[in-house]
Amino acid sequence: MATRAQLAHLLRRATFGPRADEVDAAERAGFDATLANLLSGPASAPMPALGADPLAALPKDADRAARQAAQQAVRQQVEDSVLWWLDRMVAAEHQFAEKLVFFWHGHWATSVEKVRSAAAMLRQQQTFRDLGAGDFGPFLKAMLRDPALIIWLDGQQNTRAAPNENLARESMELFTLGVGNYTEADVRAAARALTGWQVRRGDLTATFNPRRHDPGDKTVLGMTGAYDADGYADVLLAQPANVRFLAGRLWYRFASGAPVPADVAARIAAAGANATALAKAMFTDPAFAGTTAQLVKQPVEWAVGAMRQLGIRPAQLPAAARTQLTRGLTALGQTPFAPPSVGGWPAGAAWLSTSATEHRVALAALLAGQAARPVLDGLSAGGIDGLARLLVVDGFTDRTRAVFKDAGTDPKKLLALGLASPEYAVC
Amino acid sequence: MDALTRRKFLIGSGVVGGAALAAGTGAFTLAEILKTASWQDKPADARTLVLVTLYGGNDGLATVIPYADPAYHDARPELAYKPEEVPHLDDTLGLNPGMKGFAGLFKDKRLAIVRGVEYARPDHSHFRSMDIWQTGSPGSPSTTGWLGRWLDATGGDPRHAVSFEPVLPVVLAGANTAGASVPTGPRATTARPALAGFGHPAAGEPALQARAARSFADLVEVDAMINNLPAAKAKPQGTLAIQLDLVARCVEAGVATRVFSVSLGGFDLHAAEKAAQQRLLTELDTAVTGFVQRMAGTAAGRKVVVAIYSEFGRRVRANASQGTDHGTASDVFLLGAPVKGGFYGGQPSLTDLDNGDLKVGMDFRDVYATLLRDVLDTDPGKVLPGWSTHLVGPL
Repeated sequence: MATRAQLAHLLRRATFGPRADEVDAAERAGFDATLANLLSGPASAPMPALGADPLAALPKDADRAARQAAQQAVRQQVEDSVLWWLDRMVAAEHQFAEKLVFFWHGHWATSVEKVRSAAAMLRQQQTFRDLGAGDFGPFLKAMLRDPALIIWLDGQQNTRAAPNENLARESMELFTLGVGNYTEADVRAAARALTGWQVRRGDLTATFNPRRHDPGDKTVLGMTGAYDADGYADVLLAQPANVRFLAGRLWYRFASGAPVPADVAARIAAAGANATALAKAMFTDPAFAGTTAQLVKQPVEWAVGAMRQLGIRPAQLPAAARTQLTRGLTALGQTPFAPPSVGGWPAGAAWLSTSATEHRVALAALLAGQAARPVLDGLSAGGIDGLARLLVVDGFTDRTRAVFKDAGTDPKKLLALGLASPEYAVC
Repeated sequence: MDALTRRKFLIGSGVVGGAALAAGTGAFTLAEILKTASWQDKPADARTLVLVTLYGGNDGLATVIPYADPAYHDARPELAYKPEEVPHLDDTLGLNPGMKGFAGLFKDKRLAIVRGVEYARPDHSHFRSMDIWQTGSPGSPSTTGWLGRWLDATGGDPRHAVSFEPVLPVVLAGANTAGASVPTGPRATTARPALAGFGHPAAGEPALQARAARSFADLVEVDAMINNLPAAKAKPQGTLAIQLDLVARCVEAGVATRVFSVSLGGFDLHAAEKAAQQRLLTELDTAVTGFVQRMAGTAAGRKVVVAIYSEFGRRVRANASQGTDHGTASDVFLLGAPVKGGFYGGQPSLTDLDNGDLKVGMDFRDVYATLLRDVLDTDPGKVLPGWSTHLVGPL
C-alpha cells in the first residue's frame, strides 16, 4: 500500500501540481490505478484558431507601416497563445499528458522570438500532442520536418552547396543521443542528409526541394547510405544511446536533477523508445520514491500548480492580473514558447537565485490576491495544517511555521507566504 | 543558442530606480557590510575582476581581423572586411569597424589581446563548450564554475561574486555556495521583514529546500548592498551598458565584491552575420570602452580588470548563408588600468588548419590562472586542479 506521501509525490511529479482532492482520490484508488489513469489520458486539445499568420501573409512589397502592423499582430497572437496554453495547463483533466507536452516543448526548445509565428509554434505543439506520448520514431521524423524547428535551427539555409550544421548537431546532441555519442564527422554528414527541407513563405509549410538536397552517400554513426531526413532518423533510432538519452531526459525533469544512476537508467530504458512506456517504468522504478525534494519547480510548474490549487483560471483573470502573470513568468526566466536557447530551460538551483526569489514573492502575492473565495474560507478555518493540505506540501519546517505565525491570520497573507516558502519551491 | 539568447533576460528590467533606492530600508548599511569580518583580510591593493561573457560563439576572425592575409579574403569572400575598413592594430591585424573604442585603448596600451585561446579537442556544441569555459573543466563535466570554486576557497559570501542576470551563470556556482544574482529591476521591499525568516536554515531539510531558504537570506543582504548605492548618473543604453553601470556604481561605492559577471548574447550568427555582428560588437565596444574610461577616474576603478571571452570562434570558411558555423580558437580581451596592452599568444594560421578550424595556441586555463593570481590573489591550483602554468606579461 502506497502512503499518502508517496501518492502526493507521484502526483506532484506527474501533474503540474495536485489539488488535495486529487490526492484523496489517489488514496482511494491506490498507486497502480492512479498511475494508469495518469498515463492513459490523451493530450488532444482544441487549439486556438488564430487565422492567417500576419507576417507570412504579408505581400513581398508591403510597406513599412504594413510590416509593423503585422509584427504587432504576431506579438498579440503570441501573447494570446501563451495565455491560452497556461489556461490549458491549469484546466486540463489529463494532467500528465499536458505536462508531457510542456516537457517536449523544453526538449525541442524552439523559441517564437526567432520563429516569429504563433501559428508555427502551435503547429509544433500539435505534433507534441499527436505524437509525443507514443513511439519516438514517428515523432522524430515529424520533428525533423517541423517548420518552426527548421526556422529555429537554420534548416532554411542548409543546402547541398553549403550545408548548415545547426539542426544536424542539435538533433544528435540535444534531441536524440546526447554529448559524446557522435563525432564532428557525423554532424557534417547528418547536415547533408537534412538538406533540401525548406519552409514555404505564405503558409509556413515545410516542403522538400530535391534540387537543394544532397543525394550522395553519407556515413553517419558508422552506417552508410544515401540518407535523407527519414533515413537519418532511422540511423539515430538504431543507436542504443537514443533510448538511454530519452530515459535520462525524462528522469531529469520528472524525477531528479541528480544524474540518473546507471542501473536505474538501464531499467527504464528497457521499456523502449516510447514516452508513455518510459514514464511508466520511471514512476514505478524503486528509485523514484527516493527522489522527493530533488527537483526545483520550474516557474511555469510553480505558477500553474498554484493556480490549480487556488482555483484560478488564467483566462478569467482581470486583464491587469493576466499581464502581471505573464510578465512575472518572464522575470522568473520562463515564458512559454520562448526558451532561452535550444538547450531549453535550466533546472535545479539555477531557479533559486536571489533575483528569482524576489520575483517569486511578487507573483505569490498576486496569485494569493486572486484565490477563489472557498479556498480562502477554508484556510481561515484550517490554519497552517490547512495550508499544507491545500498546497500538498508534506510538512512545513518549524522555521517556516514561525514565519506564518508572525504573519497573523489573514488568509491571503498566509497563502502568499505559503507559495513563497522554501518548502513549496521544491517538489 | 539563437540570436536572442540571454539578451531577453535583461530586456525590460530597468536600472535600479532613484525612488526605489530612496525608499529602500535594508537590514544592513553599506558601512556595516564593509565591517564584515571577511572584508578585513582584503588587502588594500585588492583588484576586482569583471568577467564579460559573449554568448553564442563570437566570430573571432571578424573581431580581430587578419586584413592583410590573402587566405582570410579567400575563405570569406562575402564576409571579409577590406583592409581600409578596419582600424589597424599593426601591419597585419585590425579590429572590427564597430570597435573604434577598443582600437583607441589598444593604442594607449590598455587593451591586451590574447590570441588562439581554447582548449584541446574543442567541442562544437554551444552548451558543452560554454560549460567547459564556465566550469574550467575540459576533461570531465563539472557542476561547479571556476569562480564558484574561487568563492568556496575564499570564504563564500555571495556578495563576493555578483551577477546582474536573473539566472545565475554556472561560472559563479560553487560546491558550498554561489555568487549573488542581483535583480536589475525596480525594487519592492515592503514585505521583507516577514520574508527574512525564511532565510534561517531548518534542521535536516533537503539540500535544494535549504538552498531556497538561503536565497531569502541572500536577498536581504544583497538588497542592503544595492540600496546603499548612489543613483545612476545618466541612463545607460543597452543590456550590457546597464549591467556595467551597476558594476561601476558598486566599485565606486567601495563594495567588497571582487568578481562581477556580466554578459551579452546573440553571437550565434549562422546566417547574414556581418551586419548583425558589427552591431553587437559596437554595443560591446561602446559599453566596455565607456566603462574602462569611467573606471580610470577613481582609485578603486584603477584596480579593475575586465576580461572578455566567448565559448568558441567560428569556422574559417563562411557557409552559403553569409554566416559561419561553430569553430574553435578565438581571442580573449583584457582591459583596464592594471593591464599591459599588446598582443599575447601567437596568431593562428589560416592555412594550417585542424579540419577547417583554427588550431588552438593557448589553453584558456592559462588565462584563468593569470586572473586568479594577479587579480584575485589566489593560488590557481586551488581552483583549477592540476593546472600550474599562466600567462606572462599582461598583468
